[in-house]
Amino acid sequence: MPTPSITLEHYLILGAVLFGIGLFGVLTKKNAIAVLISIELMLCAVNINLLAFNKYITPEAFIGQIFAIFVITVAAAEVGVGLAIIIAIYRNRLNINLEDFDWLKW
Amino acid sequence: MVQFSMHNAWLVPLLPALSFIIIAFITKQWKKTSAILSVGSMAISCFIASLAAYGVFSNYTLTEEPMVYSVKWFSMAGLNIDVGVQLDPVSAMMMFMVTLVSTLIFIYSIGYMEGDQGYSVFFSYLSLFGASMLLLIISSNLLQMFVAWELVGLCSYLLIGFYSHKVTAREAAKKAFITCRVADFGLLLGLISLQLIFGTLDIVELSGKISNFEQYTSMGIMTIIAILIFIGPIGKSGQFPLHVWLPDAMEGPTPVSALIHAATMVVAGVYLIARTIFLFAEVPPVMDMVAAIGGFTALFAASIAITQRDMKRILAYSTISQIGYMMLALGLGSLTASMFHLWTHAFFKALMFLGAGSVLYALHHKGDIWKMGGLLRKMPVTGYTFMVGCLAISGVPPFSGFWSKDEILLTAFDSGHYILFTMAALTSFMTAFYMWRLFFLAFTGQAQHEVQVKESPRTMTLPLVVLAFFAAIAGLIGTPWAPIWQNWIFSVHPHHPQANTMIMLGSVVLALAGMYLAYNLYYLDRSKAERMAEKYSFFWALSYNKFYVDELYLWFTHTIVDGGARLFYLFDIYIVDGIIVNGIGSLTKSFGSRLRLVQTGSLQSYALVFFLGVLAVAVIMALTDPSMALGLMGGVE
Amino acid sequence: MKSLPFLTIILLAPAICAIIMAFIPKEQVNPIKWLAATGTFISLAMSAYLYGVYDTAAGGLQFVERVPWIKDLGVSYFLAVDGISLPMLLLTNMIGFSAVFASWNLESRHREFFILLCLLISGVMGTFIAHDIFIFLLFYEVVVIPIYIMVIIWGSSKRVTKEYAGMKLTIYLLVGSAFLLVGIIALFVKSIPILGEPNMSFAALAQAGNQMSAFDQKWLFALMLIGFGSLISMWPFHSWSPDGYAGAPTAVSMIHAGVLKKIGGYGLIKIALFSLPLGAKFWAPYMAALGIAGVAYAAFAALAQKDLKYIVGYSSVSHMGYVMLAIGTVNVIGINGAVANMFAHGVMAALFFSAIGVIYEKTKTRWIPDLGGLARQMPLLAVSFMLAAFASLGLPGLIGFIPEFTIFIAGFKAFGGFAVIAIGGIVITALYALRAGANTLFGPPREEYNNLRDIRGAELVPLAVLGLVLIAGGLLPSLLFDMVNSGVEPLMNQLDNALKIGGLI
Repeated sequence: MPTPSITLEHYLILGAVLFGIGLFGVLTKKNAIAVLISIELMLCAVNINLLAFNKYITPEAFIGQIFAIFVITVAAAEVGVGLAIIIAIYRNRLNINLEDFDWLKW
Repeated sequence: MVQFSMHNAWLVPLLPALSFIIIAFITKQWKKTSAILSVGSMAISCFIASLAAYGVFSNYTLTEEPMVYSVKWFSMAGLNIDVGVQLDPVSAMMMFMVTLVSTLIFIYSIGYMEGDQGYSVFFSYLSLFGASMLLLIISSNLLQMFVAWELVGLCSYLLIGFYSHKVTAREAAKKAFITCRVADFGLLLGLISLQLIFGTLDIVELSGKISNFEQYTSMGIMTIIAILIFIGPIGKSGQFPLHVWLPDAMEGPTPVSALIHAATMVVAGVYLIARTIFLFAEVPPVMDMVAAIGGFTALFAASIAITQRDMKRILAYSTISQIGYMMLALGLGSLTASMFHLWTHAFFKALMFLGAGSVLYALHHKGDIWKMGGLLRKMPVTGYTFMVGCLAISGVPPFSGFWSKDEILLTAFDSGHYILFTMAALTSFMTAFYMWRLFFLAFTGQAQHEVQVKESPRTMTLPLVVLAFFAAIAGLIGTPWAPIWQNWIFSVHPHHPQANTMIMLGSVVLALAGMYLAYNLYYLDRSKAERMAEKYSFFWALSYNKFYVDELYLWFTHTIVDGGARLFYLFDIYIVDGIIVNGIGSLTKSFGSRLRLVQTGSLQSYALVFFLGVLAVAVIMALTDPSMALGLMGGVE
Repeated sequence: MKSLPFLTIILLAPAICAIIMAFIPKEQVNPIKWLAATGTFISLAMSAYLYGVYDTAAGGLQFVERVPWIKDLGVSYFLAVDGISLPMLLLTNMIGFSAVFASWNLESRHREFFILLCLLISGVMGTFIAHDIFIFLLFYEVVVIPIYIMVIIWGSSKRVTKEYAGMKLTIYLLVGSAFLLVGIIALFVKSIPILGEPNMSFAALAQAGNQMSAFDQKWLFALMLIGFGSLISMWPFHSWSPDGYAGAPTAVSMIHAGVLKKIGGYGLIKIALFSLPLGAKFWAPYMAALGIAGVAYAAFAALAQKDLKYIVGYSSVSHMGYVMLAIGTVNVIGINGAVANMFAHGVMAALFFSAIGVIYEKTKTRWIPDLGGLARQMPLLAVSFMLAAFASLGLPGLIGFIPEFTIFIAGFKAFGGFAVIAIGGIVITALYALRAGANTLFGPPREEYNNLRDIRGAELVPLAVLGLVLIAGGLLPSLLFDMVNSGVEPLMNQLDNALKIGGLI
């Protein structure tokens, strides 16, 4: 019985599951920090996909890896800005419950 | 000299026009200069016109073959309009008459308007009027004539409203213009139809084409066109049922009433029909209609005149009535008789108006004849010249009115329209009655007024005397025994009705009877008149209130027209603007205010919608074009 | 010999003056005014000169200036005039020049006002001399902005507030131009395969449009009809007109009623009609019907008004009804009449609004029951008011009559009895014009107005310029018609040919 090798599908399923968890978190979590973490999860899922495609489909090129690094960079910047906003809000409101953040409505 | 005048007849209207421009822009401050300019230009025009008229008559130019000089006015593909001068006996006669009467009335105005604030303005308007009227007369094209026709209307408006600070004058001016406008609507339609059917409005060309109109159109259409054109004269010449403006027009200064509303402008309608007689001659039913309306108006206006109290109003109704005579004659096909009456009427009616003006001038513009009395002694020139006018209009031989009226009665009798003849005869009796009623009440008996009366200045009496002279003798050129007039002015064939002594005698008897009745009621015993009025109070009220025609029109404009206008306006602001325009606006607005509720501000619901949107796009793509969806999802093949 | 770029100079003179004005301190009111007057005068004098030297025998586009601009879209800076646009250009400049003087006694923010006014005049001129549809639309949008600002700042609130009036005016015109834009873009896009290259000049679009299928022509024409129709205040797209004029300051009312509105008729004739003959033929009866309805409806509505500006506002709707009727006849006499009537109405409406502006400025009211007897106190004002009133009721001898007459001829020919309703409008027009005159100017003078000064000096300019044209155009209609006909006749011949061919297809 040959060692069950890990194929592209496995990576894609992992990515999809991870993305789904992240999405669920983004849509349901009340805490802004948790939402940020969920976003990170989604980005991770994307990164996994990128790398998996890179490895299995175009192993001779680095495009997937480069993209993944881009995503990580952007994610870092985004988290930095996001946290700064959350802190600013917290200082004003002493609260980071997303349900109360509806001042931009209408 | 005569040749020069005939070839340059365009100078006749041009000179007064120039004087209008000069007065309006330059000499407005200098009253005397303005007056002299105005009178001078008209006098020169009169001189040229008389030479031209002499030339036309001595050449025996025919009405059907006039001398025409024309130039292009404007043109475009399919529409060419020329303007020009048309000289024939009718226009030459009119030109001479108008310039002569105008000159006299201009001179009269020098005295009458003395001390008025708008002295120069008055003369500039008079000049403008003279120019427009003469332009109307010499027009060789119906559109040109229409232009002049409206311009005289404008002058009439300006001059009736000359004392514009008076509400009555203002309203009268407006009424005159708008009533004529209603009529001009018909005329304009007629002209448009003529242009469309015959492709020209040139009078000579038209007369050629209309003589065999069957090639162009049908009898029915021609009848309609003729009726439409006739509507214009009904308004301008104050015929029933559009006569209502003319009595009110007496609000204007008296020289204006004499010039515009007696001698010249109001007969423009008659003149227009005379010009287009070739058209009317083709449609006998319309000719009968013209005659019937003329005859009816003559009687109708006379029956109003017999009870009026205001001197100028009586004269105004008398004008309407006399123009009715002219229409009657025209409708019966006698250009000769109609123009003859127009000619004599101009003199005696201008004379009487100027006489009335002289009286009003002395009485400080109080026009009620019951409050006059005994003026003959104090104002002999005015009084006796007025008497000449009354004799002329009543038809007492040998004064001018007798001959022309006789011509009309004869025509009516010969044509076999006995009803019209009876109406005309009856009118003749009533005319004599109300004119002498006016004369006896105003000039004889006890003075009923308080003011010190004295004869008017020389500038006013001189025109009176000259006009009285013409009023007395102007008819002698057309007697049955020396039918000079009849050989000059005619359409197609010279018209020589056989002198009918019965009719001649009859008309004299009628006139004398009318005079006698007036003498009886208003000279011998005035209380008798009042008793008569009480006895027939119904008829008296009907006549005194002008058969309530004005009230009817007033009701119509105020209720129907203004009511309709308000309805349209309300429709506009509530339906078009309120419901539709603002409706669309508020619909957009309310839709927006609903839609904005979707923006809850909750980040997560935005994210959900966003995600669902992406999902939907992916699903749609997968369903419609699987290969594309695959490609999108990373498929390489 | 290369001649001067006349049209560019005419177009830019007011705009350049506006730029210079921006650098003058705002306290210097007189230099600003005189600069505005100079700029508009240069344009006026030069366009009058062009009017004089335009060769009507040769016809066609003259004084052409053409510089390619955006090659990929076939846009070029293409200025030229023909017998239709030249009268409009002259009209714009006459009214622009008069409008500067009508605003002479402005009370506040002189610099901004005159800058906007000059830009507005330049913009309007641009629409009339552009022969490239892109440039045409560009100038058209340039026009809308100053109007809005001028109405909401210097306007007056009566029945509706000036903000509402300005908004209504602007939105209406923008909605209209949205339809127009769609129509024009569609026409352009469809023209590319026919022509083989993108070209936005009127002539090229007309050439392409003539070859399109009847169906395409119909819906394209419908879009343009709505666009240009709301601009010319075609019934029932007219309701911006009375409110807008009532809210606007005098100069804007003059320019708007006088020329801006005419862009609608001008575009309808020069772009829509000549490009899409089959569409025009199809919609012609509807245009005429709307025109006739507009004439009667607006004339009646005007009769019920008590505010002077509303009277003239409705009256202009009514007069534009004649233009619509004339365009609907689609024959050479009618189109001649339409163009001439736009010119005539421009002159009289501008004079009317300037007279009303004076009345409002001096008495602080436009409400007729509060007025009366002004002729005694201000005779020259009365002259200018009555001149405009008589021109508007179509008095022969003034400029309004002959255009109306030609329209009646054409309308009667094309639609017979229905045109009679429109012709009947002359009676109602006389009624409201004379009533307005009588109740404002005549009757017993009112004491409260005894100390009013008659118009004098700069205030006389509108009367002198516009009054002269009113009379000259009335006595010598060939001055106008020779010009207009030289533009209309060749184009109409082309159109007739196109209709014949189109009929065969």
